[in-house]
Amino acid sequence: MGFEKFGIMSYTKETKVEDFVKHLEDGRIMGTRCKKCGTIIFPPRADCAKCLSSDIEWTPLSGRGKLITHTTAHFAPAGFEAPYTLALAELGEGVRVFTRICKDDEKDKLKIGMYVQLVTKRLGDERITYELKKI
Amino acid sequence: MHSKVAVVGVGQTTFTRSCGISIRELCFEAFREAIDDARNLSTEDIDGSIICSAPEYDKQRSPAGLITEYLGLNPKPTFLAEAICASSSVGARIAWSFIRSGLHKIVAVIGFQKMSELTSAESQERMLRGGDIMWESPFGSMMPAYYAMFARAHMNEYGTTEEQLAKIKVKSGMYSMMNPKAMYQKETTVEKIMNSKIVASPLKVFDCCANADGASCIILASEEVAEKISDTPVWITGLGLASAPLSLASRKTVSSLSCAVEARKQAYKMAGLKARDVDVAEVHDCFTIAEIMAYEDLGFCKRGEGGKLIDNEETYIGGKIPVNVDGGLLSKGHPVGATGGSQIRTIVQQLRGEAGKTQVADAETGLVHNIGGIGLYGSIMIFRR
Ligand SMILES: CC(C)(COP(=O)(O)OP(=O)(O)OC[C@H]1O[C@@H](n2cnc3c(N)ncnc32)[C@H](O)[C@@H]1OP(=O)(O)O)[C@@H](O)C(=O)NCCC(=O)NCCS
Ligand SMILES: [Zn+2]
Repeated sequence: MGFEKFGIMSYTKETKVEDFVKHLEDGRIMGTRCKKCGTIIFPPRADCAKCLSSDIEWTPLSGRGKLITHTTAHFAPAGFEAPYTLALAELGEGVRVFTRICKDDEKDKLKIGMYVQLVTKRLGDERITYELKKI
Repeated sequence: MHSKVAVVGVGQTTFTRSCGISIRELCFEAFREAIDDARNLSTEDIDGSIICSAPEYDKQRSPAGLITEYLGLNPKPTFLAEAICASSSVGARIAWSFIRSGLHKIVAVIGFQKMSELTSAESQERMLRGGDIMWESPFGSMMPAYYAMFARAHMNEYGTTEEQLAKIKVKSGMYSMMNPKAMYQKETTVEKIMNSKIVASPLKVFDCCANADGASCIILASEEVAEKISDTPVWITGLGLASAPLSLASRKTVSSLSCAVEARKQAYKMAGLKARDVDVAEVHDCFTIAEIMAYEDLGFCKRGEGGKLIDNEETYIGGKIPVNVDGGLLSKGHPVGATGGSQIRTIVQQLRGEAGKTQVADAETGLVHNIGGIGLYGSIMIFRR
């Protein structure tokens, strides 16, 4: 329990990596690192598919990255409210993140390749998420 | 000796926005047409069936049970095959291996979807859960948005334009008018497409396939029986099936579908041919950008030149490689579980020379490219007459 607080809408309550949300609430965006083979995994996983180890530790991410692609949705699936902008970014650690772009930046022209920062964001109803901001 | 495998019967319902009948009745229509399409074939001759559908559109659980009872296919074995939009291609692959192994001689692959019971918003809510439900669905990651992100990356990387995307739909609209089974039979223009409402930038309504109802059925048979039940068996000579990460964040590229590239390599190798040997192709144009990526992933043109291929009308009949001359998913409709079977039907008719106004002259080799979800499953099949 605890993971259901993550994101605009939740489809998962229980996971071995639910401490991710606790870290997020403390303002930290964490990935996991496989202690056996050193792979950095983000979004975090409890298990390493490279070496099949579950000996995993939390590791902080810089959150700094580059925009790979984006779209602004003007139609929304049931339960969501358009418009919103989705983006894929590559972070410094070589991992990628899929999330929304912060509302303030949505109106500006987004450019593939521009620098972005992944930041935590509190939503209503005690929900929490992360989003990308222009830097 | 392993038996060769042929398609001996094809059928499909007319694809519609709302069929007004139940899923069992939809499947019956497609099945009967496929049985009638073969010669002297009756229900009792079918050794087994594979029912193909994406879950979550209807209330019936385990629809293979329902449908086989209604079609009179008991007590022969049956089960559901699911690979979202690639379900019935995957069903055809399973049927191929059943026949090839000698386990069965004649297998029916029946695909269906009735999407009209849900609104577009409800339907996208189901499809969104075809993405990673922990890390991507929570943000509202629907299908048009994922393909819009592919489009944006493709435009940035190769200079592909919104006009080029629109031209894909113009071609699709034109050919759909010659296909009596197509859902939309209307011509459209680049201007009209460019001015339609934005769904997920840069994709507009006409860049997206619409939700549809429909069923398809293809009947596969071993070499020893194929000649007896068909005057024009069409042989499956190449098969490729591959997967890619479900989450966009785990993909290395977002301007190509790696599952299609991998499946293409397998299929071309097995059939012993190259892209230039294909005479007519059906590709998974769920969105206009998907057809452009398919041109490149299949090797019909160099990477990044998909836009040029449509500019030069090379994928029209008379061009280098005619693609989706039945209207494609964009106009014919995309009742997801039925789509692969419908694509196979189109190619079989082409190779038999039965495609009427859209016949590609002397077509000998055909290809079907069918993708599941945002490129998680990629199936390529090669057919020869
Ligand atoms: C794009 C989308 C969100 C639009 O939904 P919507 O706003 O509810 O729009 P509608 O479906 O009501 O369509 C409005 C009108 O636009 C026109 N239209 C929509 N798509 C069209 C198409 N591809 N070709 C021609 N006309 C089309 C029709 O006139 C339609 O009216 P109709 O209902 O009388 O047929 C929806 O079609 C969609 O989700 N498509 C993607 C489906 C998908 O993801 N499939 C799986 C892909 S692998
Ligand atoms: Zn490891």
